[in-house]
Amino acid sequence: MADIIITAQSQEKAGNLIVNSLIKAGVRTALLIDSAGNVLANCGHEQQQIDIDAISLAALAAASLAATSQIAKLIGEDDFSLLFHKGKNGNIHFGRVGEELILITIFGDDVSLGLIRCRVAELSDGLAQIFEG
Amino acid sequence: MALIDLSKKEVHCKVVYYGPGRCGKTTNLLYIHKAMDEKDRGKMLTIDTKGDRTLFFDLLPLNLGKISGFDIRIQLYTVPGQVMYEATRRLVLKGVDGLVYVADPLMVRRDRNIEGLEDLRRNLEKHNIKLEDMPLVLQYNKRDLCDTPIPTLTIEQLEQDLNSQLKTVYYEAVATTGVGVFETLTEITKRTVRHVAEKHLLTKI
Repeated sequence: MADIIITAQSQEKAGNLIVNSLIKAGVRTALLIDSAGNVLANCGHEQQQIDIDAISLAALAAASLAATSQIAKLIGEDDFSLLFHKGKNGNIHFGRVGEELILITIFGDDVSLGLIRCRVAELSDGLAQIFEG
Repeated sequence: MALIDLSKKEVHCKVVYYGPGRCGKTTNLLYIHKAMDEKDRGKMLTIDTKGDRTLFFDLLPLNLGKISGFDIRIQLYTVPGQVMYEATRRLVLKGVDGLVYVADPLMVRRDRNIEGLEDLRRNLEKHNIKLEDMPLVLQYNKRDLCDTPIPTLTIEQLEQDLNSQLKTVYYEAVATTGVGVFETLTEITKRTVRHVAEKHLLTKI
């Protein structure tokens, strides 16, 4: 697992991709993290953004996806590429991006899960390209 | 796996406290959490069982000031020590930049200390990392027990068991009262940041 170096340029590129694809579609917050639990990008609607402890969320999400990946192996799958939790007022979607990154999306019932899945899949290659080359 | 953010001038490193069950890994983090100023530390996250034993990990993020203009942010993790949680320990080790191995001084835990270090070596190898290539500090915890009738290991025995090949620095500690806790933290932080800097900053910036 190689170290990740973020430049102003890579951060701006990733931020633009996430805002145009997810935030403009109504997503409250999108976090791009790596599988060690580091936050690479944090985007969201200022008015809608709930007060999130991004560091804890990133660590738990990375751990949760790592545990999910072990569950996949137990049932003979290589990995599960996404994880979704539905809440009363908010939902959270975790999608793998490239080999080492995870895109966390937090959204309300006004945005459909199908749209999130499509947009995350579309974004995946572009984001992986920026950070993993 | 360190994260170097050139736009914000930040370096994020992950330090994992490893060691056999009940050796005091979480106690180290709790003491640091209690002793540090609120502005320099984040929220401590703990996933433990009802019996206060770590189930997945503890996390404590710290801001440790600037080095060469870069803000140093360290995330301290612990692992569950019990033998059966090997797979969980392996997950927490992903992307590790520095290690503290906490050893228990009880004579009856002698084998557990040695097995724990072997378990660490094995789990690192699964991430293609050699233990000798990682910044590592040993902490011989619970030294206050040496003054009680409970049979304990001497420093010489601990050194012989754990450090005869690694030959790294060690600290004696009493994590419940904070003895040796910040000395261990300072040393592992220095070693970890130097390790990351030598890999990237000095050559690429």
